[in-house]
Amino acid sequence: MNNLNDLRTKCQEEYKQKLSRPRIVVGLGTCGIASGGAKVMEAIKEEVAARGLDIDIDFTSCIGMCYREPMVEVSLPGAASVVYGDIFPDKVAQLLESHVENKTPVYEWAAIQIPGEATPYEGIDIMEKAPYYEKQVRSVTSRLGRTNPESIGEYIATGGYEGLEKALGMERQAVIDEVKKSGLRGRGGGGFSTGMKWQFVYNAQGDKKYAVCNADEGDPGAFMDRSVLEGDPHAILEGMMIAGYAIGADEGCIYCRAEYPLAIRRLNLAIAKAEELGILGENILDTGFNFHIRIKAGAGAFVCGEETALLNSIEGQRGMPRVRPPFPANSGLWAKPTCLNNVESYANVPFILRNGSDWYTSMGTDKSKGSKVFCLTGKVNNTGLCEVPMGITLREVIFNIAGGIQDGGTFKAVQSGGPSGGCLPTSQLDLKIDYESLTAAGSMMGSGGLVVMDETTCMVDVAKFFLNFTQNESCGKCTPCREGTKRMLEILHRICDGQGVIEDLDTLDRLSTVITKSALCGLGQTCANPIISTMRYFRDEYMAHIVDKRCPAGVCAALLVYTVDAEKCTGCGACLRACPASAITGEKKQPHSIDPAACIKCGACITKCKFDAIYKA
Amino acid sequence: MANVTLTINSEQVTVPAGTKVLDAAREAGFFIPTFCHDPEAPGYGGCRICVVNIKGARSLMASCVTEATNGMVVETESPDVVEARKTILELLLANHPTDCLTCDKNGDCKLQDYAYRYGVGSSGFGGEKHSYPVDNSNPYITRDLNKCILCGRCVRTCAQVEDRQVIDFAYRGFQTRVAPAMDTNLAESACVSCARCVAVCPVGALTYTNLSGKGRTYEIAKKQVTCSFCDAGCQFDLNYKGDKVIGVTAKAPGEGRPLCLKGRLGMELRYSDQPLTPMLKKDNEFVEVSWPEALELEDVLAKLKELEK
Repeated sequence: MNNLNDLRTKCQEEYKQKLSRPRIVVGLGTCGIASGGAKVMEAIKEEVAARGLDIDIDFTSCIGMCYREPMVEVSLPGAASVVYGDIFPDKVAQLLESHVENKTPVYEWAAIQIPGEATPYEGIDIMEKAPYYEKQVRSVTSRLGRTNPESIGEYIATGGYEGLEKALGMERQAVIDEVKKSGLRGRGGGGFSTGMKWQFVYNAQGDKKYAVCNADEGDPGAFMDRSVLEGDPHAILEGMMIAGYAIGADEGCIYCRAEYPLAIRRLNLAIAKAEELGILGENILDTGFNFHIRIKAGAGAFVCGEETALLNSIEGQRGMPRVRPPFPANSGLWAKPTCLNNVESYANVPFILRNGSDWYTSMGTDKSKGSKVFCLTGKVNNTGLCEVPMGITLREVIFNIAGGIQDGGTFKAVQSGGPSGGCLPTSQLDLKIDYESLTAAGSMMGSGGLVVMDETTCMVDVAKFFLNFTQNESCGKCTPCREGTKRMLEILHRICDGQGVIEDLDTLDRLSTVITKSALCGLGQTCANPIISTMRYFRDEYMAHIVDKRCPAGVCAALLVYTVDAEKCTGCGACLRACPASAITGEKKQPHSIDPAACIKCGACITKCKFDAIYKA
Repeated sequence: MANVTLTINSEQVTVPAGTKVLDAAREAGFFIPTFCHDPEAPGYGGCRICVVNIKGARSLMASCVTEATNGMVVETESPDVVEARKTILELLLANHPTDCLTCDKNGDCKLQDYAYRYGVGSSGFGGEKHSYPVDNSNPYITRDLNKCILCGRCVRTCAQVEDRQVIDFAYRGFQTRVAPAMDTNLAESACVSCARCVAVCPVGALTYTNLSGKGRTYEIAKKQVTCSFCDAGCQFDLNYKGDKVIGVTAKAPGEGRPLCLKGRLGMELRYSDQPLTPMLKKDNEFVEVSWPEALELEDVLAKLKELEK
């Protein structure tokens, strides 16, 4: 076998050389670009040219602190690197002048610093000790925000393809055993043992086998896979190649939703570069192992994240789930044995091979080993990407990493697992995050989206939102899911509109049970979870809607009455002019009033009122 | 092949390995309802009406796609199974016209039969129902999607005809429906009116236009004939009302490329006492034409007439 030693030494030297030069790096993951990173990049290029600075300009992917994007890192030789947040084009000149020309960081813009061997600056959080990162581990996400994702050299210099080399030097069964020992479980949410899955495919009879990567991330509020694909595409390729070698496949396919154009572009680049270096393709590292990877862009149907629907979609058929068994391990893509894993599962594999299963099992709980990447969204202060060891509590994730609730609000619930998951209340905050405990609490691990809600969120409305999602995304094949979600959604609409009756709760119960028990695929079997969990933990809120015709969170428009507080109203007339329904009347400088019959509850008056004189209840 | 022995409703049943639970149960005389199951195109498992309780399984299992295994303990009418079936029927009826009084399928409809058996009179759900226009663009097949339960049998049977596959599922969620390419009507599609789809439709969504309003299913006696146009040997039913054949309907496809248009219409012409007038598609619309024109014999007939003179 040819090893990569010479290439790695060369890459490491180049990488060292790069790090020793003054550098300014812009975060250009999708989050960075969406918040204006590309314009910042342009501004930096212009400013550097205008000032005639000798500094390299580079880009990286999302470091995790999406709430501080656009982020820019400035790194000078012999000094700590400083990562700045909220750097918009108008700040670029000052940043370059202060930090690059005068060697003084702009302290108030700094988010974190990464000192390396240099002396840290006073007054800037060191990354590992910063509140956002203190409780995190960074293995799958270790390269995110740190390396250039389009450089295979940097991947190799930072230990990339070492896992592959190691695997190719092992017996195929030994590779599978190592993954089994690591305790890695499906990161797409199912939590099935990855090693066992590989074993099934290895054992399956067939002259042709496939390794398929499920990159059809579709849960509302989930972007882990996108971040990993954009930030470390080679890790996915390496994970798939190791799987391919272990199970005896020579072809791989990444099913990535077309809404992730940047991920697809970086994957294509990664594939081309790996092929160029002979790491991917025929006779890899002279071992006789062949492996090719292609990308299939999905058209964005949520159900195609279900493994058998995904396979149908790759084959050019309508994305509808197949019945299992046969499982894909025995009859998958083109009816051949197929190993189907999620992005994050594959991304973990190179690290497990390189560092050994013992390293991996040192993190996590009894049954859930290693780390898990989560997306923090909703009413939290710090929205972004984090990687935590399994077994961390929800409280630590929400209050330490995510920095608690926005605007000093009160935590109400956290939704995990997307439309298949559930809403967990305050009483479950000390729940340790692992597959079993989340399921027992009525939610599920899912792919890793955490949507945090505060007291302004109506839980019936949340259930309605998710049911609307699953109803729209139901493939229509099986009756319980197609028709059942429709009826449940209608009931939830009725409840939110104040038309609910107490029997509706029994109907929801019955439908939930039947659909869970009789639907065809995972999407249908779990679609009732948002209803089941909100009815379990927030039943009083359902009762308030049905019995008192009141929405405690003040969300459900039909149940709200807008009233003017006569004492606060100055009669300025702003609300009167804003009201599209002409429901507000009143003389100038006299308290106004709202006609509830004419009011369409749009909320325009509240937004316009400068005196907080209008309230809804 | 080896046999497996399982327990169905406390009864020991031995079947060849590979047999599905549905077939094993039916073989042993137990009733299991099915909508989407088609012995000619098995393995779909979509309608879920055939779910049974299998001891140790996480959820109810669709018996039409679950293989019988040794020691399996199956209950075909346990309370949770009955509850699921009733709910599924209720869900289907919630989105169904329930116009059985005027439906041509009345008396020969699986939805009606199962609703009767499980005592589901009407749906308590209320809510939105589809209101698609009825597609009667095709002179032979009436397609009423409001009655469709999306079992997909028509889709699968159509896919079995080489070079056809005229219809498939379109849209998602509640909007899912069976449609020809570009969601046109049957006349504008590549449909050749072989009526395989009508033969397998378990409800009144696909019916024979020429039989519409001609008689209730119980007034019609059927006599089986075999088409002799080719060696496939497809079977057809002659539909007698009294001593008159009012129509010929496809019974089951034979081997090979079965149930073709030629056979279907040829049998109609041969046996029916009220054969249809021939129709030809002209400018994308079906128009009535004479037999000579339909058979492209106009030239020949003209020459014969010349000779007669």
